[in-house]
Amino acid sequence: MQASLTTVERRIGIGLAVLLALGGLTIAAAARHGVMAVHGAMALALGLGLVFRLGGALYDVAPAGLDRASRYDDGPTRFGIWMTLTWAMIGMVAGVWVAALLYWPEATPPWPATSFGRLRPVHTTGIIFGFGGNALIATSFWVVQRTSRARLADAVSPWVILIGYNLFCAWAVTGYLMGATQSKEYAEAEWYADLWLVVVWVIYFALYLRTLARRAEPHIYVANWYYMAFILVVAMLHIVNNIALPVSWAGAKSYTVWSGVQDAMIQWWYGHNAVAFFLTAGFLGMLYYFLPVRSGRPIWSYRLSILSFWGIVFFYIWVGSHHLHYTALPYWVQTLGMTFSVMLLVPSWASAGNAIATLNGAWAKVRDDATLRFMFVAAVFYGLSTFEGSFLAIRPVNSLSHYTDWTVGHVHSGTLGWVAMIIFGAIYTLVPQLAGREAMAWPRAIEWHFWLAVLGTLVYVVAMWNAGITQGLMWRAYDANGALSYSFLQSVQAMAPYYLLRAIGGAMFLTGAVLCTLNCRATLRQTRARDLAHDRPLAAQPAE
Amino acid sequence: MADTTDPHALPGADPHTGNRRIDPVTGYDTTGHDWGGIQELNTPFPRLAAIALLLTFLYSVVAWVLLPAWPTGRDYTRGLLGLDQGRMARDGYQAVDAVRQGWLSRFAQPDFAALAADDLLMAQAMPAAARLFADNCAACHGTSGKGGPGFPALNDADWLWGGDPETLAETITLGINATDDSRLAEMPVFDWLAPADRQALAAYVSALPSGTAPGDSPGAALFAENCAACHGDGGTGGLLAGAPSLTDRSAIYGQDEATILTTLRHGRRGVMPAWSQRLSPAQINLLALYVSTLPQAKP
Repeated sequence: MQASLTTVERRIGIGLAVLLALGGLTIAAAARHGVMAVHGAMALALGLGLVFRLGGALYDVAPAGLDRASRYDDGPTRFGIWMTLTWAMIGMVAGVWVAALLYWPEATPPWPATSFGRLRPVHTTGIIFGFGGNALIATSFWVVQRTSRARLADAVSPWVILIGYNLFCAWAVTGYLMGATQSKEYAEAEWYADLWLVVVWVIYFALYLRTLARRAEPHIYVANWYYMAFILVVAMLHIVNNIALPVSWAGAKSYTVWSGVQDAMIQWWYGHNAVAFFLTAGFLGMLYYFLPVRSGRPIWSYRLSILSFWGIVFFYIWVGSHHLHYTALPYWVQTLGMTFSVMLLVPSWASAGNAIATLNGAWAKVRDDATLRFMFVAAVFYGLSTFEGSFLAIRPVNSLSHYTDWTVGHVHSGTLGWVAMIIFGAIYTLVPQLAGREAMAWPRAIEWHFWLAVLGTLVYVVAMWNAGITQGLMWRAYDANGALSYSFLQSVQAMAPYYLLRAIGGAMFLTGAVLCTLNCRATLRQTRARDLAHDRPLAAQPAE
Repeated sequence: MADTTDPHALPGADPHTGNRRIDPVTGYDTTGHDWGGIQELNTPFPRLAAIALLLTFLYSVVAWVLLPAWPTGRDYTRGLLGLDQGRMARDGYQAVDAVRQGWLSRFAQPDFAALAADDLLMAQAMPAAARLFADNCAACHGTSGKGGPGFPALNDADWLWGGDPETLAETITLGINATDDSRLAEMPVFDWLAPADRQALAAYVSALPSGTAPGDSPGAALFAENCAACHGDGGTGGLLAGAPSLTDRSAIYGQDEATILTTLRHGRRGVMPAWSQRLSPAQINLLALYVSTLPQAKP
């Protein structure tokens, strides 16, 4: 971190770290005990650690201004990739563990922190925000610089964003383990963590806009449209869904200001658009950069890109109500959610089709290069899961699938098949470049990872399709005498083989991710300092 | 730096004509944009995408016309089909319930002997009763009714209030220690007894099931003085007042010395919910008849 900062920037960094430490101390002192005090202590420790790190290197040789201005700022991306892999390990291990608990519930250890209810949000937050979020931030810094031919607008804020964002993730996850939760899916973090994320996010959006404003290219590339949509809409969703009144300024507990069916509607407006703008828009940005770069092919259709982007941002925001079919939510809201979900299909498929058609002329590379194959499979799963999503949003279909493991399977065909695959494709493209090398340290491990990931995803998704359809059919079956054909218990017992398969599929996927992490570690440890041949020279920069 | 707005200077453009590069694979030209080496083809908008988009719009418009769809201030467009999800749900439940009432209504009258004698009725009712039991009772009493620590077994001949359908129906309706009307069952706290006395009692009671408890021991005297009022002389139970027999190994919480000491120290006050809030009288009678058959079902 400190190596790429000038002495003045290091001083600014120390000042910010002192502020963070003081803020943490204040929180810990105000709360005195409980979750919030632990979180205050975490911020204090982080702030002090940063003070020592930056202070110890304060008078080291600083990079010369001109030399630095002629290079892209990739230090934050490197750190972000590390955090991506760290959170992948945390989130995926938690996921495999809770999947195993569903098959062996009696294996639950006797401590509250290890119960299913506390570990499940550790899995979802660890994956969505930790793994996905860090990957998005890290790649967005890489992509915006190269597609704009401009260095990041300043050197300090990327670090503030990444460190601040990971503090949010750590607060959220440790809070769940201690029993603090807002009980809102994908928004379980408590009020002060939410406020902190808003601060970090505003800095992120400002940095992105400032960097784009410095661009040397006349047009803004599609990937940046998607990254901007991701940053902007996630800010809006996060703020509205998390408006809450703390019980006390010195405690973690808060209550949402929304109530009843309005609360449910706002929660799923947030929840589905977390899928749309966090897990889709941002990752489409990633796809739009790394797929053409890796395949060496032009994007197949600029016009389809436009249709996809505006279709996705316009239709997605309407569809959250399809999570509340057949509930107290008025029928008319359900109809709108259903129809917009169906209309969303064409822009989604246009994206997937555009990505696959881009590979025309590069199929030999897809065959030989596991990294590019990750991206191809990601595009295919993106197409499959968006079709499934529109299908499940149709009300009568939903009456079968709702509350079943089909939903879990659908989410994982998106997260494992699409989100994680495109992240791995991006990582395997980025990491050698960050290390100044031509290729990853262990090329054959990529091949192993690819097949473990694809098979693991298929085992997982097929098991959950079977599980969900079985549950849906068992729950709705009446016998000739008008009595339910199955008790709920029987439907639980019927899940045993599928839950075992799910744990196995997840473990395969985890094994692949462990290979990826070790591979990245081996590659980054042999970093060579040299200019990247693939990079266009940076355009002339304004004086800093 | 090259002027990127000049088409002649664009990467891939012919420096003389300014024409964009033609992609050799697809035959399309590029849009002329270039972002760090990424280009885009000038492919015409695919007709298939336009048709598909139009079809999904059409689907939506038809749905909006037929179904409740758009808000209009305080009201909303009702749709030509005039559907109402609350009414549809009610109609669905009523249709199933009508089929069910064909046989379930007979259970409204608790004439258990006549009900049990009707083989045709039993063939319809008992599978439904098994599901009712699994959904409502099995969580505590086990799927086969074999109970567990703290929860009584229903598949044996030992009962606290009685295992005939009439008594079972009353227990299910009122519950135990659940509401003011519930059956009352309380093992009082005996922590005021001297520890040595509690030890002697525990030794005596733990020996009762095997019949080896000495009748002239101090434990026996303590039992007669403090316990026999509820548990019967010699712990044989049978008073149907919620106090179990201590001679037949059916004590809910266990009858080893350590457990008995815990019971004496803290007392016991188990709860069974009153199901009259959740199940209809006919369903309760159905369950009562089903539970009364569980002891015979025991292998």
